[in-house]
Amino acid sequence: MKPFEHFAPDSVGEVLDLLQSIPKAKLIAGGTDLLLQMKQGSAQPDTVISLKNVEELRGFATRKARFRLGAGMTLRGITRSPELKKHFPGLVYAASVVASEQIRSLATVGGNICNASPSADLIPPLLALDAVAHIVSRDGQRDIPLADFFKGPGKTILKSGEILLSLFLPQPSGNMFYSKHAPRQFMDLAVVGVAVRLQKNQGMVREARVALGAVGPTPLRAKKTEALLTGKTLTPKLMLEAGEMAADECSPIDDIRGSAWYRKRMIKIHVRRNLEALL
Amino acid sequence: MKKIISCTINGVKQELYLDTRKTLLKMLREDLELMGVHLGCGGGDCGACTVLLNGEPVTSCLVLAADCEGSEITTVEGVQQDDKLHPLQQSMVEKGGIQCGFCTPGMVMNSLALLRENPQPTESEVRHALSGNLCRCTGYAKIVEAVMDVKNLDRITG
Repeated sequence: MKPFEHFAPDSVGEVLDLLQSIPKAKLIAGGTDLLLQMKQGSAQPDTVISLKNVEELRGFATRKARFRLGAGMTLRGITRSPELKKHFPGLVYAASVVASEQIRSLATVGGNICNASPSADLIPPLLALDAVAHIVSRDGQRDIPLADFFKGPGKTILKSGEILLSLFLPQPSGNMFYSKHAPRQFMDLAVVGVAVRLQKNQGMVREARVALGAVGPTPLRAKKTEALLTGKTLTPKLMLEAGEMAADECSPIDDIRGSAWYRKRMIKIHVRRNLEALL
Repeated sequence: MKKIISCTINGVKQELYLDTRKTLLKMLREDLELMGVHLGCGGGDCGACTVLLNGEPVTSCLVLAADCEGSEITTVEGVQQDDKLHPLQQSMVEKGGIQCGFCTPGMVMNSLALLRENPQPTESEVRHALSGNLCRCTGYAKIVEAVMDVKNLDRITG
């Protein structure tokens, strides 16, 4: 590993100042991805800025009609939060199926997002929950729908000098369900990940969100499938059609974890199953 | 590049002057000679290097020592009580949860974190909690049994 300077600032202001003076510095939160890349040599930063002491990145709180989830919250913290369990059980479930307990103690929700892995488990549920990314820099701040945050594998819209501070989640309407398909029950990456949220009124779908992971360059919303479901009553036929449409909407690749054909099949099945779970 | 790191390890305050590249694992083994912290995969997959960082189980191979400033760390060396094995360690011995012993410290540290939160876990809870600890002797059944069968649960609080 190449030698590097390590800073551990206490506030976001200090982080932004450091980023301004050393634009190539790497931010480290949990470190479960970055440290691996540094060990393997694929990341060789001269400067590392640790986010562990930054108070503003922590915690979960209600603000007016929405929730604020600090980007530095660990996945273990998410699985232990009574408030998150109450309001966002599907998100808590997604956090609980990432890697292992030891990794979840370190890894953060912000890291899971900013690494922009197409298979990140937390992203489909957050997309289905209409999460908004709150980004700050020395020039100001901006709020971007999480759906517009990703540009490709490992690539986000974050510009030099910007950091993801928190996520805003609106009051959830309806229930959200996440399912992960992987050959191993634990310690595995998703072959596909599917989050579905439905808001229903007397059996009729008023609002639908279908978000898919590991089947495209970024996690994505299946908007045609959402439109298909909206305004209708769930029937076995409709749920089957929704699965087929979602499989058509995604563009997976062949890789070591599964072929494109297999992934489309699994999308079809998981979308249908999640809809059945939300009946 | 070097940095001064102060932290509490197994109840003792330490101040070390370390290369920023040093992982928590290497700090514990090389600078403090706590050889119960085992290096397996070095990538967070095997769990052999598990220690408690501020009470939470972590793979110490994926933590920078420089990020441990002000932290409390417990290794397997800090688990025994008054020169006697901790009830969890005793149970591992009695149930045959130890074969070659390489994964044992990591298994103990992760199980300890589980038992502190959930003193009477079910088999599936133990298996879920220990899913990040590999045993190459494949002695999982006895390890799970040992964790479920810890006697004197009131002593787990330590």
